[in-house]
Amino acid sequence: MTDDHARKARELIVRMCANPEGGHLGGSMSMVEILVTLYHHVLRIDPRRPQAPDRDILLLSKGHGAIGLYAALAERGFFPEELLASYGAPDSMFTAHPNPAVPGVEMPTGSLGHGLPLGVGFALAARLDGSDRRCFVVLGDGELQEGSVWEAAMAAGAQRLDRLVAIVDRNGLQISGDTEETVGLEPLGDRWRAFGWTVLEVDGHETSQLRTALSRIPHTPGKPTVLLARTVKGKGLPYIEGQARSHYVRLTERGYRRARAAVIRGAQPRTETTCPS
Amino acid sequence: MSVVTAEPTVSHEDRAAREVYRDVLVELVGEDARYVCLDSDTGLFSATSWGEAARRYLNLGIAEQNLMGVAAGLARSGRIPFVNTMATFAATRALEAVKLDIAWNHLPVRIVATHGGLSAGHLGSTHHSLEDLAIMRMLPNMTVLVPADASATESLVRACAELPGPVYLRLGRGATPGLAPRSEPVRIGVAQSLRRGTDVTLIATGPHPVLTAVETADELASAGIDVAVLNMHTIKPLDQEAIVAAATRTRGIVTIEEHWAAGGLGSAVAEVVADLGVACPVRRVAVADRFAAGTGGHRHLLARNGISGATVAEHVRRLLA
Repeated sequence: MTDDHARKARELIVRMCANPEGGHLGGSMSMVEILVTLYHHVLRIDPRRPQAPDRDILLLSKGHGAIGLYAALAERGFFPEELLASYGAPDSMFTAHPNPAVPGVEMPTGSLGHGLPLGVGFALAARLDGSDRRCFVVLGDGELQEGSVWEAAMAAGAQRLDRLVAIVDRNGLQISGDTEETVGLEPLGDRWRAFGWTVLEVDGHETSQLRTALSRIPHTPGKPTVLLARTVKGKGLPYIEGQARSHYVRLTERGYRRARAAVIRGAQPRTETTCPS
Repeated sequence: MSVVTAEPTVSHEDRAAREVYRDVLVELVGEDARYVCLDSDTGLFSATSWGEAARRYLNLGIAEQNLMGVAAGLARSGRIPFVNTMATFAATRALEAVKLDIAWNHLPVRIVATHGGLSAGHLGSTHHSLEDLAIMRMLPNMTVLVPADASATESLVRACAELPGPVYLRLGRGATPGLAPRSEPVRIGVAQSLRRGTDVTLIATGPHPVLTAVETADELASAGIDVAVLNMHTIKPLDQEAIVAAATRTRGIVTIEEHWAAGGLGSAVAEVVADLGVACPVRRVAVADRFAAGTGGHRHLLARNGISGATVAEHVRRLLA
């Protein structure tokens, strides 16, 4: 099921991929429901006051999903969606990895493995401040091969940071293909549990499941929470869903029209077609 | 080396800069709730009592990439973290987090790095840091400080506490001699003139190089050679004015540092001389392009790798020949 927020965000993503520079399509589409659920139902934020002191923090550690983040922020009202038209143009603030000049972007990311250490820092600061603000870090699954993720996971467990939440966009693919055939991550839940985290697992495209899982943070007193969200890379474009080649796509005008139509139609029976890039 | 001087070269007390830093930090953290001490199991704080500030001391274990990222997150949230690790771990192992998370965001993180240069002595090349100044001064927004003794360490720690951006403070491991007390305070970005002279200027950074410069200048004075000495405790922003003055008023510059020749103080000085078109020869006393020769203690390694008064004096004599 795709709700209106998610459908709108996907429209904005495919529009950005129709730029001559192209964009990180697959990993942006896979986390759409995660981001719109966070921005509409979980995060204590105010799009009119993106720097409000006690806001919840969202960090996109898988920074290559920037167009997904920009789409979610525009859809939530942080800035007019028309501004996204400058994506890919010289000196646009909408860079291919998150730019903190964009309202709602907390930190620049893009080199993988940086978000969770930053999140530990935000969570420690909140605790020192006596604030109940929370920090959510969205990670890619391939990103979990970076050692710094596990340095931070260990530190968060040791510091008992129960207002820190990691959300893994578990689309199963990295550039080379299947994560399990590259450097396998399973048993992924056991790995996080061993580091002192509470592990929740959901269908990452079911907003109701995401809402339920994220509605009660802190989840377990004294333990950080990781949400393993099973997703499909390229979700919303049946002809490239679940394919590693959806990672970075430049849509032609024709490809864009087709992609937009697919997004608007929502889930449709899979048809045999070629990649429109 | 015999020292002929009208004023004392060193005070009597040898103190480890890192211990002085620790004591100042404990005071700062106790006084101001913005300050946070982030440790990476250095052992420096094992016997420290933080009193009511104990919540603001966090030992995050042996994980330097995470350490730097956490510091950035804290700093973005309004805190001023003092991050503690060894120089080579800050500059190489954790470099990307320093570059992207801290420097790029212009965050007020203070990276206090011990075991700078060859001060780790017999611990060897895994613990020597002969690259850190080059790496840190390359990063936009970074201030790079190298106090020459314990007293300057205290001054610089206090001086950097309020800087808006990131700071890299390089300290040694063991005790080093205190330089003679100066009337003027150490100021970030302003070289300290330790000896005036008209023939050659020695520009040094860090405890042993500065001491070597002063001792060599005094020795050469007895031979009728008039050598100026600058203590370049701030590598970035570099005191260009002092370098230009040295380049125009004396016949050559000799730099002295515990660092590889590539990219360190000598390179930085040569860049200023070249950029500003000043005609002045620059000679660098630094570790050659190899992993440090020899094994042994700090002073032995300095001598073994040519960071010595003899090397400096030879350069001076050749410049004047």
